[in-house]
Formats: sequence, C-alpha cells, structure tokens
Amino acid sequence: MPVMSYIQAVTTALREEMQRDEKVFILGEDVGKKGGVFKATEGLYDQFGEYRVLDTPLAESAIAGVGIGAAMYGMRPVAEMQFADFIMPAVNQIISEAARIRYRSNNDWNCPIVIRAPYGGGVHGALYHSQSVEALFANQPGLKIVMPSTPYDVKGLLKAAIRDNDPVLFFEHKRAYRLLKGEVPEEDYVLPIGKADVKREGSDITIITYGLCVHFALQAAEKLAEVGIEAHILDLRTVYPLDKEAIIEAAKKTGKVLLVTEDNKEGSIIGEVAAIIAENCLFDLDAPVMRLAGPDIPSMPYAPTMEKFFMMNPDKIEKAMRELAEF
Amino acid sequence: MATNRHEELGLSNEQVLEMYKTMLLARKLDERMWLLNRAGKIPFVISCQGQEAAQVGAAFALNRMEDYVAPYYRDMGVVLAFGMTAKELMLSAFAKAEDPNSGGRQMPSHFGQKKNRILTGSSPVTTQVPHAVGVALAAKMENKKIVSFVTLGEGSSNQGDFHEGLNFAGVHKLPVITMVENNKYAISVPSEKQLGNEKVSDRALGYGMPGYTVDGNDPLEVYKVVKEARERALKGEGATLVEAVSYRLTAHSSDDDDRAYRDKEEVDEAKKLDSIFTFAFYLKELGILTEEIEIEITNEIVAIVNEATDYAENAPYALPEDALKYVYEE
Repeated sequence: MPVMSYIQAVTTALREEMQRDEKVFILGEDVGKKGGVFKATEGLYDQFGEYRVLDTPLAESAIAGVGIGAAMYGMRPVAEMQFADFIMPAVNQIISEAARIRYRSNNDWNCPIVIRAPYGGGVHGALYHSQSVEALFANQPGLKIVMPSTPYDVKGLLKAAIRDNDPVLFFEHKRAYRLLKGEVPEEDYVLPIGKADVKREGSDITIITYGLCVHFALQAAEKLAEVGIEAHILDLRTVYPLDKEAIIEAAKKTGKVLLVTEDNKEGSIIGEVAAIIAENCLFDLDAPVMRLAGPDIPSMPYAPTMEKFFMMNPDKIEKAMRELAEF
Repeated sequence: MATNRHEELGLSNEQVLEMYKTMLLARKLDERMWLLNRAGKIPFVISCQGQEAAQVGAAFALNRMEDYVAPYYRDMGVVLAFGMTAKELMLSAFAKAEDPNSGGRQMPSHFGQKKNRILTGSSPVTTQVPHAVGVALAAKMENKKIVSFVTLGEGSSNQGDFHEGLNFAGVHKLPVITMVENNKYAISVPSEKQLGNEKVSDRALGYGMPGYTVDGNDPLEVYKVVKEARERALKGEGATLVEAVSYRLTAHSSDDDDRAYRDKEEVDEAKKLDSIFTFAFYLKELGILTEEIEIEITNEIVAIVNEATDYAENAPYALPEDALKYVYEE
C-alpha cells in the first residue's frame, strides 16, 4: 500500500473525483497555475484545464457564493479558502445560504458544495494564519464539518464530502499537510461522514479529540503505555453533527474522559462533547470530564514563546492524561 | 395616437397583451395580499407594486423555458412570468404546506421553484448575485446556451456580494444579466443617500461590462435592453448590468409606514407614471386592449385571484413536526 502525506491524500482524492465525475471542479485563489499556496491542487490545472481548476478573483464571498450557485445548478464545486482564517467574508454565504438551501426550499433545491480550508497553528502563522474556526460553524444545522486526522481518512472523507448532496466544510490541518504520512490504498473508497473512529484501543482513560490533536494524543498514549496506562482514543473526524453514540460508548468504556482541542476552550467543539457525556454517562464516570484546549485569547501569537504556549502538543496531553489516570 | 413600439422589438400584439396580463395579475395579487394582511389573515406582505413593468418586461426577454432566475423579494412579476401560479403565490402568503417556494417555512416572497429554474432566495440581500454568477459559470462550462438573470434593489447594490459577483462575471465573461430595480428607496433611505454616484449602471464600468439605465415603468424599454443583453451573453460577450428606474408605490412592507419619511405628494406624483395605467393606455391607443378585452382580462384575473385566495386559505398547514424535515438529504 502506498505511503503518502496528508496533503498528497488531499490532491489524490481531488484528482480521482475529478476523473470520476466531470461535474466536479475546483475554485479558489491561486488554485490553478500555482497549484495552491500549499500545493493541494498541484498538477490538476495541467490535467483538467482552466475551468475545472479555476483561479478566482480575491474575494471569498464570491468563491463560496459562485460555488453555491453552480452547486444549485447541478455541479460539484470544491471551493478552497486559502486559510480558514479568511473564511469570514464568506460566512453569510455559508450559513445564510449553503446551510439553509435544502431546508428553506422544503427539499426542492440542494447545495452539494465542499469548502476546503487549511486551519490550525504551529506554523508561525500568528493571529490570522493559525486559527481553528470550526466552532463558528458548529451550531448550523444543514452544514457538515469534517476534520480528518490521517492521510487515509483524508482520502476517504474528502471523496465522501464531494459525493455528499449537502454542503460540507472540510478543514485540513496545515501543519499536518507534510508532517503526517500514512498508508493510503490506491483503490477508490469512501468513509462515512458523521462517524467517529477509534484510533487506539485502551481500557484506562478515554481521549476524545480530532484533527492534528489525534496525532499528538497517540504519541502521548505510547509514552503512557510504557508505565502501564492504556489510553482509548476516539477521533471525532466529523465535528458537526457529532457521532453521539460513539462518544457515549467511548466515555463509558473507561469512565475517565479527557477532551482535547487546539481551539480556544470556551464555546469549542469539546464543550458540546462534554455536554453529551454529561447527559448520558453520569453514572459511568469515575472522574470529572477534563478539557484540554487553547487559552481563551483571540488567537495564536507570532513570537515562538507565545505560539508554543498556545499550541497543543504531546507533552501537554500526556500531562493531562496522567492527571486523569491518577484521579 | 401612440406609435407602435413593440413591433420593431419583434413582439406580437398577443405577446404585449400577455405582458400586460402578467403585470396586472401581479398587481392584483399584491393588492389582495394587502387586504388579507389588513384583515389579519396573513402576517406579512412585501410588494411588487410599481415594479411590475420592469419585472415582466425583463422576464419576457428571457427564454422562460430554459434560463435561470435569481429573483429578489419584490419580483412577483418575474416569478409569474417564469411559471409560478397565482395559487402557489397565495399558498406562500398563507404559509401553507403546499407552497412550492418553501412549504410555509419562509416568509412570503422568498421565491424558489426548481422546476421553473427559480433559485431559492433568502432574506439577507444580494446573496443571490454570486449564485446567478455560479449558474452562468456552470452554463459556460457545460456549453449550454442559456443565461442567468438576477435582480436586486438599488440599496443592495452597495453590498459586497454585488461587487464580488459582478467582478467575477466580468473577469470570466459569464452569461449573467443583473437588473437593479431602482425604486428610489431602501426602506426609508432614498437613493441619493445610498449611491455615491448618480446611476447604479455607472458601476458597470468597474466590472468591465456594459451598464444601462432604463425607464422601469416602460416594459418595452426594459424588454429591449434585456433582450440585447441576452443576445450578447449567448455570443460569449459576457455580462450586462441593467438599472430599471421606477418607484416603490407601497410602504416597504406591511410592517412599515412610509408616511414617516416621504411625502404623499411625491407618491401621488409617481402614481401618474404607474406602468399598469401607462402600459394599458399604450395598448388602448393602439387598439390592442379594447374595452371588451379589458373587461375579459379583468374578470379573468379577479377569478384567478379569488380562486387562489380561497384555495390557499383552506389548504392545510404543515404538521408541527414537519419542521424537522430536510435539514439534510433524507
């Protein structure tokens, strides 16, 4: 089985879907000739031509809005926001339009658009190239938000997102792009949107997280295994709508739950996960639900000292896991 | 005696009479909705009155069997011309389950009907402009000989989506026709406090497309400019911006009282130019709208409006739990 990087899995999924269905096309800033600022669309312009890998004017609301119009017509647009931080001008199109098109038309129209955006920090990106924006969209029924953690999941979930008949926000951790490598089957496969995935089996404590933090949690778990603490790790994969069954099952399995996100703590995805556990698992818990997240400051600062202070890492997770295990 | 202006546009007497009927139907439906609102039977109305000529003139210049429209909330004339029925509009006014626009989910005049290629719309203004551009992009990619047509008010031409959408269409020479229905008011704020330039159509220069300001009370003038815009679009010459100037004859909506910000004299003056009368006058002068035909049309429209009202009033609402349906594909 070939080994590829996280970003190669993105490109592979896009290429295969464009070959499979000529209605699939890409639009965004610098996605064409340049192949994207991160090279996620590298080679696709040469392979599929200008109109299927469309360099748009620098205007995010139009990237989303034009994509939405094309999707209503029957195309399968994959819009790229250059950085998740720059999705803000498109929020009206995403929330007021894409998310509500099926509902407001009573199932007459639908909007099969995928909006991809690199998120996350640890790349010297400072306030506006490091953010996690998923919580902003995670109370909008009609949207699905996918945040894969491995190259294998990237390929299967991006294909599923493109084939989905509703709008999907697909957030890719930009530090994971070249940091993470893994086996990815050559054949066509899709993974179910809305399903979490157990990334490590364990019986002592449960960690529920998503995105790059899954990778950090796995590293921390290996260290703890050396001292006999076995962590169970659930990767949410889809952060909205949440896989409630899988969350409840994972929480009940060990009775000690650590929730991890790179985002700011208050109002984050893991707050909702904690609420699901509180509603369903009270008598199965052996410790209070613990949350590990970024500090509640506007965003990640540029200076390495402050960036490191904000950013999640395996050591922070390991420390929290030990605390929880010892409770 | 008026001179025949529609013949040189390729319009038959039957077609101009059909335009008039559509305008009149829109007006009469709208008037009925106000009555129903004031009688406490429907919660909300937002009017097309004063803009029927622009709406119907433009719609008749399109291919109503193939083109796509992204109307804004005043466009009853556009959606009627594109195949939505009086009954369907009344079902929407009464928020009944059978309403094809939204099944009673949206406020009235939030149009949408896939079978007639009327894109579903929302309340935040101008979001429909990029959508129409997206349809035009798809049509260009698929080599379809169609255009998309999008409308909005002059106040909405200040929104970012107007600029972003039109610039996108200009860059890619897309077959999209944008018509700003300048009715002089954005709720209470007059156009001179909305627009830094005199004419909305001047903005077209910045997007690399032609812009035209036409008399929105004259359906033939609007027809002509939209027809030409469509021909250019199909030849691959790209987008056009049209500004149709008329006047909003009612308050902004049933929840607005326009006496707070404009004089009755101004409204009375505008009523003299009301296209329902001026176009009827033109057709009468040419002997197309005879007294006999006028009575026939009026009776027919009254019957349609009555029947639509009765049907919609008696139609069932959606079940409460129907609110849970269609968040995602089912």
